[in-house]
Amino acid sequence: MAQNNYLVEMKDIYKWFSGVCALNGVDFNVGYAEIVGLLGDNGAGKSTLIKILSGYHPPDSGKIFFEGKEQHFSSPREVRSLGIETIYQEAAMVHKMSIMRNIFMGRERGKVDMGFAKYLDIEQMERESMEALEDVNLRLRSPHAIVDELSGGQRQGVAIARAMYFKSKLVILDEPTNNLSVKESEKVLNFIKELKNQGISSIFISHNLYHVYPVVDRVVILSHGEKVGDFQKEETSLEEVTELMVKP
Amino acid sequence: MSQTLNKLKRIFLLREISSFIMLFVVIMVFFAISPLFLSRQNVGVVLEIIPELGIVAIGITMLMISGEFDLSVGSVFAFTPIMMVLMINWGMHPILGITTALVMALGIGALNGFITLTFGIPSFITTLGGMMIWRGAVLLITGGWPPFFPPEINTHIIVGRIGIFRTSIFWYAAITIIIWFILERTDFGNWVFATGGNRVAARAMGIETNRVKLFNFMLCSMLAGFTGIIQAFRLRATIPSMGGGLEMEAIAATVIGGTALMGGVGTVIGTLVGSFLIRVIDNGLVMARAPSYWFRVFIGIATISAVILNTYVRERAKKMRC
Repeated sequence: MAQNNYLVEMKDIYKWFSGVCALNGVDFNVGYAEIVGLLGDNGAGKSTLIKILSGYHPPDSGKIFFEGKEQHFSSPREVRSLGIETIYQEAAMVHKMSIMRNIFMGRERGKVDMGFAKYLDIEQMERESMEALEDVNLRLRSPHAIVDELSGGQRQGVAIARAMYFKSKLVILDEPTNNLSVKESEKVLNFIKELKNQGISSIFISHNLYHVYPVVDRVVILSHGEKVGDFQKEETSLEEVTELMVKP
Repeated sequence: MSQTLNKLKRIFLLREISSFIMLFVVIMVFFAISPLFLSRQNVGVVLEIIPELGIVAIGITMLMISGEFDLSVGSVFAFTPIMMVLMINWGMHPILGITTALVMALGIGALNGFITLTFGIPSFITTLGGMMIWRGAVLLITGGWPPFFPPEINTHIIVGRIGIFRTSIFWYAAITIIIWFILERTDFGNWVFATGGNRVAARAMGIETNRVKLFNFMLCSMLAGFTGIIQAFRLRATIPSMGGGLEMEAIAATVIGGTALMGGVGTVIGTLVGSFLIRVIDNGLVMARAPSYWFRVFIGIATISAVILNTYVRERAKKMRC
């Protein structure tokens, strides 16, 4: 069993949706402290693969190993408890809530457990929120600022800070640079580099090669439900990857 | 200078602020029209009727923040005390009668939640149906006549007099504080906001949004039932039409207080102020000797202006530079 080389190993994954083959025997691996860019045009199977990995769908066949152990994910919750955190664009944050309440959503710190609910330790959550944000070099005035008032890049930053603070092992980012300005995208890329510095692996999903390329260690290209490329960055070139992505 | 401005900005950003301002203005206007408005007796009268709207509105607030509605509260408000009275008349011990009736209210809430969540239909529809069903049940059971109110019931703990007050105001205060605490200071409160604010995100973070909603449906219904008992005790009668239109008043109070119709946003304090505003207008119009039909007109105006004011004040405050 040589599974120790990889944090995640997905082997020969098949998935059909009402007769349509979304994934046709895909192998997908992520190493430790590795940034993998998952590329492909719309409908290539990226989302399906990620939804399987984050526990939303079971695969129709194929095996998933996490830290060398075979897994049969039954819910997103279970996947999350293993340390896999998925950051979907609009689904990561509750926009009308404060940064602090978002960071601790579902994992609130309590002073007293009253049985039916926990009495929140607000001071501690304030302190820890600021710590978490500092870990990704995100400077925000107050943990009580409402997420709605942040920029898109800052929101991604908060989501990444949360994943990092709660010791995730793998962070999956779904199109994190979509709809962001160049400057903001730059910030998000820095957050992702920071994850790597902390030894956390990440999967960066995008259909825009130019966003992914500067930060990734490896690129995996999907097309029509099949893996058509898997390269270390130094082994390939932008041209080669682009060609694979657009090839019919 | 910038510090005072900052403080001012934070005050204007509060959701409750416009309803506070409106309440203050309305009180001052009625006081100017009739100085008796703020007399000891009249304040007592207002405080006597406020809990019968306020407690229902608090339940609605919790439920609405988590993203659901309950239009059946007015019918549950009648159904619960009438079942209680009937059961006591059949020879049940009053305490047991009250408890059983409250459990029934809780059950109606559970049913609202179960149907809404299982079939994935809007709670607006479920509880609109519920509103008609339970009102219909009340009319069927009573034949449209008020049932005999057993004189042996001791109503003191619920509505007994203490000076100008009735004990119901203390129940109201206690329930307000408890619900405020749950919403603002516990993890469950955080789940309520998250569930109403972004259900997908809340679920992704491991919050069981259906359980949160079900709890709130049950809480809302039980509070409506309890409030019905308060009114029945105060009047020492149960009238089959009691609580008619209450659901709309409770939603108005909640919305005036800054709770968002779509969920995710709201405060208990705002709803408290909204309930006061509605009952103060109600009473003030009587004191000003205006025909009572004006009441509905004014509540309508107050609801719309409060929401406009709310949006406008917050937008302006956000733009304030400090």
